[in-house]
Amino acid sequence: MLIILQQLPTSLGSPNLVSIAMFFAFVAVTMYITYWAAKKTKTTSEFYAAGRSITGFQNGLALAGDYMSAASFLGIAGMVAMKGYDGLIYSIGFLVGWPLIMFLIAEPLRNLGKYTFADVVAFRLRQRPVRIASSIGTLFTITFYLIAQMVGAGGLIQTLFGLPYSAAVIIVGAVMIGYVLFGGMLATTWVQIIKAVLLLGGATVLVVLTLSHFSFSPTQLFNAAAAKYSDAVLQPGSFVKNPWDAVSLGLALMLGTAGLPHILMRFYTVPDAKAARQSVFVATGFIGYFYILTFIIGFGAMVLVGQESIAALDKGGNMAALLLAETVGGSAFLGFIAAVAFATILAVVAGLTLSGATAISHDLYVNVIKRGVSDEKGEVKVAKAATISLGVMAIVLGLVFQGQNVAFMVGLAFAIAASANLPSLLLSILWKNLTTQGAVASIVVGTILAIGFIVISPTIMVDVLGYPEAIFPLKNPAIVSIPGSFLTAWVVSLLGREPEARERFEQEKLRSYLGVGAE
Amino acid sequence: MQKVERAQQLLASPEFKHLVAARWSFSLRMTFVMLIIYFGFILAVGFGKALLAVKIGAHLNIGLGVGLGVIVLAWAMTGIYVHWANTKHDAKVKLLIDRLNAADSLSD
Repeated sequence: MLIILQQLPTSLGSPNLVSIAMFFAFVAVTMYITYWAAKKTKTTSEFYAAGRSITGFQNGLALAGDYMSAASFLGIAGMVAMKGYDGLIYSIGFLVGWPLIMFLIAEPLRNLGKYTFADVVAFRLRQRPVRIASSIGTLFTITFYLIAQMVGAGGLIQTLFGLPYSAAVIIVGAVMIGYVLFGGMLATTWVQIIKAVLLLGGATVLVVLTLSHFSFSPTQLFNAAAAKYSDAVLQPGSFVKNPWDAVSLGLALMLGTAGLPHILMRFYTVPDAKAARQSVFVATGFIGYFYILTFIIGFGAMVLVGQESIAALDKGGNMAALLLAETVGGSAFLGFIAAVAFATILAVVAGLTLSGATAISHDLYVNVIKRGVSDEKGEVKVAKAATISLGVMAIVLGLVFQGQNVAFMVGLAFAIAASANLPSLLLSILWKNLTTQGAVASIVVGTILAIGFIVISPTIMVDVLGYPEAIFPLKNPAIVSIPGSFLTAWVVSLLGREPEARERFEQEKLRSYLGVGAE
Repeated sequence: MQKVERAQQLLASPEFKHLVAARWSFSLRMTFVMLIIYFGFILAVGFGKALLAVKIGAHLNIGLGVGLGVIVLAWAMTGIYVHWANTKHDAKVKLLIDRLNAADSLSD
């Protein structure tokens, strides 16, 4: 890879002074924030939920930041550069889960829970089995997402700066542990906000610079792309070859967004349900804007850099945005965008780790092992220990999976979130007759179906293991695992009876709809 | 009157039941519309490529406008929900909470 880089007229691959300087500046500022946050992070409410001090607008930015990973910035811009319109279809799938969060989940989630979505699922059911099951769903989702991020981070830094892969993974892991360990949710939220501003700002500048080559007219840009590569780039291509594939992926993305633990956790950093609503509105706006930007960036790269040059660096097109930044803004701007991409990775893995640590300390330690009795100091200590363990695990997994094709793991994480976490959460809010066993069964079955079906799908059997054909024809298991999970919850709940849970459903309404007693 | 009894009365009251019903009616309708928009788009991309490829000008096509439209609509729908919730829904919630608490000062 480095040999190819040296042959192309790009400064990618050699240490870029601007980039390194900006990266250190980012780490310095965020370390200072972590130090500030650490002084304020003594209690569990502060470690898990930033003391509920975040406003709706700030949370909207943080949510958008958490969601706009380096993978989506580079990956989607790359997909648009190489395939055109298909990249837009892919990105829209990621956006439309947010309105669903708004309509179905945001307010009841905030009102009924304290720090995690497991609080809501377990609200009127038996705590211990539900907590254990929800934590399993959470940790599976987080782990796959983390592996994909860490491997992506290592590869990206290696490509950008010429650092060895292992060094890159260890640095990312160490810095990320620092943020979470000392600053908790307060630090990670503000790191996300800063990163979101940098990413959106940087991408906006990139778009403006790009469009300046086309008289500031996107129309002219699209026409140029069509002239260079044919009208086909402006039309849907092979992405939706098999409509069932598209439906399955769409379901995973739409419903999975509403089941991602690190996203749901952010809803507890705002004071009330009204702020939760506002967060979703703000987040959806920024994310939608981001996908419009990546669309233009992708086409800009297609025209100004060229598909051949982009593909030479990375078949998937992941370097498209960076090469475009260099083309329109020189190596200084490339340095800035590269530093932002790095910051993006750091912020997302920090959020994932905090979410996993919270599941371990709040859900498992307090509610399962200690049966609901929380000793504040002890709990924060467990949370910190969990943070370190998860961080180390993330580093180890990043090293183990070096060079593997792990892109599918994000899709898998979404599928598990949609099949394991969401159905029980939604049914707990909506359905009076959900029982403890029904919830637990749906989480377990959802996880097994999601993982099982993706193993026998082309995603693993063909792309990773090399078989000519797969047993299960679709790339994403969601179309099977999501209904399977709902069906399990329904059947198992009807087979048992839990009158206490039914009664509490009525009582729960005061808190769910009016916010009475919400924490 | 004990707080527990007041809460029970509130839960059983027609106003509360109406609040719950109205909230889910609105939410589910919005959800349904969003599903139609998104999966309609997917079906159009899968089966209606010819329609999306209809040109506007030299190279642009309807598909571009549709794609952009879905993004903007998704955001607009969240805005519509927030507006409804902030005005109609919250007003009802406030009335009910006041009713729950007002009885406090009357009885004790």
